[in-house]
Amino acid sequence: MSQRGRNRIWIKGGHLVDPVAKIDAPRDLLIENGRVAAVQANLKIDAQNVEVIDATGLVVAPGFVDIHVHLREPGQSYKETIASGTAAAAAGGFTSVAAMPNTLPVNDSAEITQWMQAPERGAQARVYPIGAATVGSMGEVLANYEALRDAGAVAVSDDGKPILGDETMRAVLRAATATGLPVIQHAEDTRMTGGCSMNAGALAFRLGLRGMPIEAEAGIVARDIALLRELKDDRAHLHVAHLSTKEALDHVRAARKSGLHVTCEVTPHHFVLTEEAVGEYDTHAKMNPPLRSAADRDAMIEGLLDGTIDCIATDHAPHAAHEKEQEFERAPNGITGLETSLGLSLAVLHRQHGMPLAQVLALLSARPAAVLGLRAGTLAVGAGADVVLFAAETEWSFRASESRSRSRNTPFDGWSLPGKVHLTMRAGRIVHAELPSALQG
Amino acid sequence: MTTVMQPHVQDARSSLLPVPSRSRSLLSIRDLSLPDIAALMHAASFLEQEDPLQRAHRLAKRRVALLFYESSTRTRTSFELAAKGLGADTTLVSALSSSIEKGESLKDTGLTLRALGAECIILRHPNSGAPYLLERVTGLPVLNAGDGMHSHPSQALLDLRTILHRLQPKHATASIDESTLAGITVLITGDILHSRVARSNAQLLPRLGARVILCGPEALLPEYAAEIGPGISVERDFAHAMRSAQVVMMLRIQKERLAGLELNLDDYIANYQLHAARLAEDAPRALVMHPGPMIRGLEITSEVADGPQSAIEEQVRHGVAIRTALIARALDAMPEAASA
Repeated sequence: MSQRGRNRIWIKGGHLVDPVAKIDAPRDLLIENGRVAAVQANLKIDAQNVEVIDATGLVVAPGFVDIHVHLREPGQSYKETIASGTAAAAAGGFTSVAAMPNTLPVNDSAEITQWMQAPERGAQARVYPIGAATVGSMGEVLANYEALRDAGAVAVSDDGKPILGDETMRAVLRAATATGLPVIQHAEDTRMTGGCSMNAGALAFRLGLRGMPIEAEAGIVARDIALLRELKDDRAHLHVAHLSTKEALDHVRAARKSGLHVTCEVTPHHFVLTEEAVGEYDTHAKMNPPLRSAADRDAMIEGLLDGTIDCIATDHAPHAAHEKEQEFERAPNGITGLETSLGLSLAVLHRQHGMPLAQVLALLSARPAAVLGLRAGTLAVGAGADVVLFAAETEWSFRASESRSRSRNTPFDGWSLPGKVHLTMRAGRIVHAELPSALQG
Repeated sequence: MTTVMQPHVQDARSSLLPVPSRSRSLLSIRDLSLPDIAALMHAASFLEQEDPLQRAHRLAKRRVALLFYESSTRTRTSFELAAKGLGADTTLVSALSSSIEKGESLKDTGLTLRALGAECIILRHPNSGAPYLLERVTGLPVLNAGDGMHSHPSQALLDLRTILHRLQPKHATASIDESTLAGITVLITGDILHSRVARSNAQLLPRLGARVILCGPEALLPEYAAEIGPGISVERDFAHAMRSAQVVMMLRIQKERLAGLELNLDDYIANYQLHAARLAEDAPRALVMHPGPMIRGLEITSEVADGPQSAIEEQVRHGVAIRTALIARALDAMPEAASA
């Protein structure tokens, strides 16, 4: 954009919310060479050699961090590319994303990890690959964690293919701990979920769909926690991906009380929707874990409010239209989520449940960054200038047809949401801007 | 809470297509109001008694497609005879002898049938909900001839007609309301979990005042089955349940849908088979029904199936009349006399 050749940006007149620095007040932000140079009320500088961005009426916050996305590259660029997925991220205010390894081939090597981070991919956000826990995510032979870490991987996971064998999971936890990487588990006992396409219960029964029982998730979480405890190593870190049931959350809560390093994330769709969204077999309400009961949905909100849930993650899972336009049981799992995460979080957590704005933003930035040890989530002087500017109260309509993602598989098409993102900046470079009038440089 | 946030657009994707009127399709038994059911029952009787030559003018040369992804004898043949009886041209596409075998999607198969002039598609499919997809993508009226474990609405209607004719002859052509089946208990026994027939009957019959008891072992009948609608209860003791039933409907164990579930058939037969001694002991006057196909010697013995209490063949005959009415309704050819 127009700041080429300039290295000073003055974000003026906005309301800064930085949960880490504990700032929730009007502040100007001065950015120099991609870093935060000053945070000050009514900054006075010579406007000559600086690009000024008028942030009047907007919230200025650290760029968001999504530690669970599927960018589909390499191998499935018809669904998404790293460029399109991170463009969607930028449009949603995200400046850092962690990419799951279920690509084609599976990212179980330093080569693919590096390839994903290469400048040629055209990423609009920082991309942190997550390496496969086992070779090919086949659940048998451990991948080379040191090589993955040295190439830039920030965690290991066989997301989508849970690690079921006790011995394998034990070895994964041990090796990851030795390498300093967290283990992210997609908690699903697939021995209980064969052929299942939604939450188990009366609704699935009425629709004639096989249901995934709560125990399939809770059982694996309990087992993983037991294995972590057995390891007797304070450095060991288990992260539970897309938690969806009260039972599993209770296991996490108890484990943390006992001092274990267990973290977890929840997706916006699991704290916004219930299984009722399946309606008349709407494949945009098909995901794994499935949408659950209202009681589980409420437990997710409670876990976010009381801090048991560490962060919000979207599980952004793009699929082509022809893949979703199939019989419900045949359609692939997952929905896109990067462009609706802020709006849904503000609507449900802030507006409906009174969570302070700073806490919502922490769940979208500093806290997910902390889970994976990423340098992001604050706008303190010296920090990288990953910034999002959004209108907290203005309602906007999300249109799937206008999404930056290559895919359109979202149940939130047409939803009216608060939190319109107007500008996203990564390391001082504008990666998304929606109101040209906001730029007065 | 979702209503707060999604005020304008219900489903932007479907707005691109002509929205078929649900008053012409039949996807689930839940789609029908009591007046709809009454109109269908009247039409079935009217069309059944109509002069065949006259009846054949109603849909003369109109095109009805039968799209069958699963095998079928009764349902397919009766839908076909019903359509032909109304004068329509029918074409049958079955999964094993069509491009479906080559991987053609349900959407493309439906669009192909529409391009060939089909005005209504009768679909049987192994996936629950498939008729909703077909209706959405083609915009044509779709008649659900059985989808996965979900629904088999024409079967429920023909079962209702069978019950009315046998138990309430005076009601068979009279009014249909919430007390038509008052005092009647219908016991459905067997593989409820995999049965679209059980689900459809359990959601239809209580709306006319009947009580429905679902019976079977835990593995084939989860406790929450009773929650799918009002007037449904779950009972594990077959003999006990039979004593209060006026209708005993038996179901086949659907081996093709067991998906790894292991069942001891000897135990099953001992506890849940309907045999002559049990029938004489616990329900000597009850009507015996079975949607077919039967596995004689498993859920039911020949003596019972062929015995005086059995209405199994009548069910099949009522199927043609009901399906005639459904096709007439789908193509706006309901007899006027019937809707009066």
